[in-house]
Amino acid sequence: MERIPILKMGRFLLVTIQVDMHDQLALALQDDLTSQIARTGARGVLIDISSLEIVDSFIGRVLANIASMSRILDAETVVVGMQPAVAITLVELGLSLPGVRTALNVERGMELLHASLRAAELEEYDGGGEEDDAFGGHDGLS
Amino acid sequence: MTVSRSDVRPIRTEAEVVAARQAVRSWAVEMKFSLIDQTKLVTAASELARNALNYGGGGQMRMEILERSPRQGLRLTFEDQGPGIADVEQALRDGFTTGSGMGLGLGGSRRLVDEFEIHSAPGEGTRVTVVKWR
Amino acid sequence: MAQTAGSTVAEILGADPQALLDSWLQAQLSAPTARTDLITESELRQQSGEFLNLLRNAARGGSLDVQAPEWSQVRELLARVSRGRALQGFSPSETATFVLSLKQPLFARLRSGLAGDPERLMDAVWSATTLLDGLALYTTELFQQSREDVIYRQQQELLELSTPVVKLWEGVVAVPLIGTLDSARTQVVMENLLQRIVETGASMAIIDITGVPTVDTLVAQHLIKTVAAARLMGAECIISGIRPQIAQTIVHLGVELHGASTKATLADAIAMALRVTGWKVVRAEKR
Repeated sequence: MERIPILKMGRFLLVTIQVDMHDQLALALQDDLTSQIARTGARGVLIDISSLEIVDSFIGRVLANIASMSRILDAETVVVGMQPAVAITLVELGLSLPGVRTALNVERGMELLHASLRAAELEEYDGGGEEDDAFGGHDGLS
Repeated sequence: MTVSRSDVRPIRTEAEVVAARQAVRSWAVEMKFSLIDQTKLVTAASELARNALNYGGGGQMRMEILERSPRQGLRLTFEDQGPGIADVEQALRDGFTTGSGMGLGLGGSRRLVDEFEIHSAPGEGTRVTVVKWR
Repeated sequence: MAQTAGSTVAEILGADPQALLDSWLQAQLSAPTARTDLITESELRQQSGEFLNLLRNAARGGSLDVQAPEWSQVRELLARVSRGRALQGFSPSETATFVLSLKQPLFARLRSGLAGDPERLMDAVWSATTLLDGLALYTTELFQQSREDVIYRQQQELLELSTPVVKLWEGVVAVPLIGTLDSARTQVVMENLLQRIVETGASMAIIDITGVPTVDTLVAQHLIKTVAAARLMGAECIISGIRPQIAQTIVHLGVELHGASTKATLADAIAMALRVTGWKVVRAEKR
């Protein structure tokens, strides 16, 4: 069965959805992502949907599920690049995906993931900001 | 009002659901619908085709181009021979689901089109007709 | 019965067509509905002559059902005439009179031709009336259709004149809404705003409603949908220019502006947008 590739980049996982997904493919992505987060200890997931021409209630639910499941596994999810027509349709459909973080493009999405990772680590180390590099952070965020 | 073109697509597998919505997209592009209206139509088609497959055990989609000068419309009719719906009003309410969706399929797709009609009764299958005017 | 009556009408139309055309033209030109300011006599003569010819040919077929295929040429001519008149500025009744004014000269001929046979006369008058009424109604329908086409086109043109979306600063766009918002216009504004967000890569969008006189439930819902759609794309919205009455309306309507920040003035909104996007505005020196 075909699958959507998941790339690992540092502490984050990257997915670019480029095909018109049927439902099983979307469910397979949900499974693959959650198991990859658990296996790699990734702290963030970026899903680029800029090539998606529609997001219906099923795909919307899969995106919301991925965000909730990864949050439980301690990874932040950000969905980037939703097209205006898709966003308007999704809202009209009644889905505003309140639990999903969003960004305009991949670059902004990565900034968001880096920022929230930094904030989380500062909190975990009780303000010990100098310890950041212990995690091999190479995010280049100034 | 006349029908200037029509076609029927099967909806028996998930791949046919994808093919059906691609057919709706290509007709909507040909009819010069705006991008937003194309997206709304394809999304509604996706919801209704999924319903026909998942709850109706499969069926078909009829596509028709309507002419009512100066406007053109695309009419989609989804039919299945499934168990049917006992309470149509309830099924149209947001949040109603008997399956795996978010319960926005019927009520949500009604908001994406200009005309929406549903005929269903227990044991008689379900027929949903939607029209979007350009 | 209709067969005989139809052929009677065809016969009457066929006898000395030139005289019939002349008396019909006379009736049209002397009627109070004549619009010699909009159409020349020669044009009217040409249209009337063509109509009589086609009418005679169609009536010869025997059927007086104007929807029948042998009447298609008559229908086409009437379509052309009534579209033309709709654009020239004729009123609907002036346009329908083109067909209806044929009754008087036609009935006069039927009366003199069938004077000795009252039964046939009645039948012929009845079918001629039905026929001309049918054609007149058809003309009116087409006239209305042409006017609707014009209105539809103007509506589309009006929508294109809708509000511009301006880039205020790096990462900040704004749309000033002015006048009454109906659902079609709000949708266009909303689409433009979201499109500009993508084009400019803006993460903040300001919707200023200072120029909107009233906000009803529908407009409030459109605003909420815009805010929600912008958020799905990764941009935040600020709604500014909310006047006290509108704040009251919004609360009375029970509408929640979830997710949207609100500011009283556009200046406050700009200040907030700049702060959120990481800009700091300082005065260079005291004046």
